Amino acid sequence: MASRQYELVYILPPDTTEQQVTDLHGQVEAVVSRMSGQIEKTDNWGRKKLAYEIGHNKEGVYVLEVINGSGELMKELDRRLKVLDQVIRHMIVRVDEEKKVVERTQTKRRTESERRRVKRGLPPQRQPGEGRQAGDADEAEDDRFDGVEV
Amino acid sequence: MPFGQGRSGGGGRGRGGDKKPGDKEKGQRRTLFRRRKVCKFCADKIDDINYKDVKLIGPFVPERGKILPRRISGTCAMHQRKLQTAIKRARQIALIPYVTD
Repeated sequence: MASRQYELVYILPPDTTEQQVTDLHGQVEAVVSRMSGQIEKTDNWGRKKLAYEIGHNKEGVYVLEVINGSGELMKELDRRLKVLDQVIRHMIVRVDEEKKVVERTQTKRRTESERRRVKRGLPPQRQPGEGRQAGDADEAEDDRFDGVEV
Repeated sequence: MPFGQGRSGGGGRGRGGDKKPGDKEKGQRRTLFRRRKVCKFCADKIDDINYKDVKLIGPFVPERGKILPRRISGTCAMHQRKLQTAIKRARQIALIPYVTD
């Protein structure tokens, strides 16, 4: 079975030290490797303000991990994170399928635009300074929605 | 801020014509002067609406914390659906509030 990809985000209290963050990362890594998965990427977002209080915390340290592995692995990880007191919130999201869809639409769009451009006798890629620019004057004026207007 | 700034500029245009009840062109005028709504994600060719991208999602969650309806934002059905899941995920990890009052 092809490996699935998940994203795990967890939030730690704002007074967490660097050491504690790496410790927890080690724990996660241990579980992942034990259940024959692998961590593709780890991203520490640092301290961020929470949109609402979680257990009297107004800020939190966010850590994102991209993990390739099975569903059982994530289930185990979820269970463990629920038990840990130092993690004030965590979330696991499966991403591989969405990623595939996004890639497909992007390549489709690109090939389609290239096909049309070639048909019109233009080079397949957009040239610099061609078409509507981001700073064009009428850009901001119309087309976009702007709040309540009925 | 993609919206708000445009309202003050163009909002006045739509008004004047459709006020009087005796106005024959009422219906026509309204459609003529109403701003065309376009799905932001289609227009900007954004395929991936990610829950981590608060800057992207933010304008669709007004102060109250509710999700902005399609009839107001003009987002297409597909992108509204994706936006919805993204907002709900972002709420879970406290990037966006559930409610504010």
